[in-house]
Amino acid sequence: MNPIALLPWQSVAALLAAIVALAGLPILPDGMAPASTALVFLLVLTGALVPLLRLPTATESFVLFAAAHGPVYLLLSGITGHEGQAGLAFFALVAASWLIAWRLVTVLSLARPTSRPMGTLLRLVVPTLFGVWLLLLWEAIVRGAGIPFILLPPPSLIGVRIANSLPILAADVQQTIFKSVFAGYFMGCAAGFSVAILADRFVFLRRGLMPIGNMVSALPIIGVAPIMVMWFGFDWPSKAAVVVIMTFFPMLVNTVAGLTAAGSMERDLMRTYAAGYWQTLWKLRLPAAAPFIFNALKINSTLALIGAIVAEFFGTPVVGMGFRISTEVGRMNVDMVWAEIAVAALAGSIFYGVLALIERAVTFWHPSVRGG
Amino acid sequence: MISAKGLDLTFQTGDGPVHALSNVDLEIGKGEFVSFIGPSGCGKTTFLRVIADLEQPTGGAITVNGMSPQEARRRRAYGYVFQAAALYPWRTIEKNVALPLEIMGISAAEQRERVKRTLDLVNLTGFGKKFPWQLSGGMQQRASIARALAFDADLLLMDEPFGALDEIVRDHLNEQLLELWARTNKTICFVTHSIPEAVYLSTKIVVMSPRPGRVTDVINSTLPKERPLDIRESTEFLAIAHRVREGLRAGQSYED
Ligand SMILES: Nc1ncnc2c1ncn2[C@@H]1O[C@H](COP(=O)(O)OP(=O)(O)OP(=O)(O)O)[C@@H](O)[C@H]1O
Ligand SMILES: [Mg+2]
Repeated sequence: MNPIALLPWQSVAALLAAIVALAGLPILPDGMAPASTALVFLLVLTGALVPLLRLPTATESFVLFAAAHGPVYLLLSGITGHEGQAGLAFFALVAASWLIAWRLVTVLSLARPTSRPMGTLLRLVVPTLFGVWLLLLWEAIVRGAGIPFILLPPPSLIGVRIANSLPILAADVQQTIFKSVFAGYFMGCAAGFSVAILADRFVFLRRGLMPIGNMVSALPIIGVAPIMVMWFGFDWPSKAAVVVIMTFFPMLVNTVAGLTAAGSMERDLMRTYAAGYWQTLWKLRLPAAAPFIFNALKINSTLALIGAIVAEFFGTPVVGMGFRISTEVGRMNVDMVWAEIAVAALAGSIFYGVLALIERAVTFWHPSVRGG
Repeated sequence: MISAKGLDLTFQTGDGPVHALSNVDLEIGKGEFVSFIGPSGCGKTTFLRVIADLEQPTGGAITVNGMSPQEARRRRAYGYVFQAAALYPWRTIEKNVALPLEIMGISAAEQRERVKRTLDLVNLTGFGKKFPWQLSGGMQQRASIARALAFDADLLLMDEPFGALDEIVRDHLNEQLLELWARTNKTICFVTHSIPEAVYLSTKIVVMSPRPGRVTDVINSTLPKERPLDIRESTEFLAIAHRVREGLRAGQSYED
């Protein structure tokens, strides 16, 4: 039987890519030693053909790992300094390593972990590989095609910029996230929650407050931010005020909706005990509303970050993530802008992730969490 | 204990009024065990809910313990077992049973003691730390009965509490319920669809019929208070069961 027919499709595609690359040699006009070129081909061929050996999963994974990341490392070090000179062979070989990595992820996803720590490790490895390859392909395309760094810097350059600007970035995070975002987020969520309870308790407030809350949420941030600067000054309180305005309404609406989530029989039960308003609220309606409230907390974590950064465009002391982005764009220091974006993305993910973990712990009983 | 005179209840719904209770007259004495039986939709749940002040009658008068239903509810005069278990999923079984005790401000030690006793009573010993969704439907229903028994109300309103249980568990709980009733002298209003269950448990059987919901027959049981399970084969038992069945059939024939 034809051995090619036994190969998974990623391996076949990687082989084809390697053949295309052979036709398109050299990889770089003057960028790579013949020895490196030969090693790249050798690794790609190994990676493409290793499924034929039917090795144990662990061994096969190691071979695939080396065969995917070795070539891409050699290729990327070769292209650095020779941006824009890449030909067909370069891209074909990057594609081949990527396909081998794909094969690796497939093998790992099918693997049956033998122990709990192994299982956890496997669950982490797959998304990590996914993220790493996103960056590798970004790097290869930007450098290979010679895209001007001012349009899109390669991730390695952004990484270097982050490493070299740690004190500045730390000061910006301190100003924007630990002061503006956190203060505004807690005040906004607390205010939204309290008003929701008041609106629930007193019907006339519900009639009067909900439309006003609605209107506040519709205020455009670029109009509000300068006014807040006039009211609260240049420093973080004015940014926190913008965040309060942005986070207030989602919390209000979600809490009001959540307070109606308890079933009628569960409420009747409280009524048969002649439970008071606050007892019913505390023991029934708030627990039932928890999934809604966490929904608002998660939405607001993102809104707060956006609000604080954008608000800094409208006057701020000389520190802060939004301030940095707006000034560095003006100076054409695009890598610094990207560094701030990367830090903001990381901070936002951590914020969201922590909230999601707390949510799982608090609403463990909800069908969407316990899975049934 | 409960006295209803000319009780009327009409629900106003989107497609016209629904006459759920019509001219219901009923006297329930203290310490009685009253079963309500009748086809689906004849107003059994509605009548229990009126007693519990969860529904307001649109006509007639009703007193519970000589008070208005609202006052009786405020004084926590009754425990109510709903047609579904209605346990709170974020509380363990123990905590669910303790819920009324928490609300009534009973001390923690006393709570623990009562929770343990009532869980033993419904055969849920050892399941206190589980969450409701980890238990079978029948176990959940038993937990909800334990919750209604946890605080010692004189009146128990039970809406098809054993509907979801298998025959064996049902027999066992029927016996337990009778024993509890004999021991505590509670008044029990019990909705069921099972004729043998109604006859076995009750001192008084109320037969109802639908559209509009009304009482068609009230049967005072002649069975002794002491009732072993095999009383269900006695001729006296079968005679009462026969009369209940006749009552149900008569209610049915009104519709044709
Ligand atoms: N909240 C309500 N709004 C409108 N109609 C209602 C409401 N509750 C009950 N009904 C109607 O009143 C009638 C009596 O209902 P009820 O629940 O008392 O019946 P039931 O005898 O308990 O029936 P089942 O044996 O099926 O539980 C039915 O026709 C029902 O549709
Ligand atoms: Mg019913």
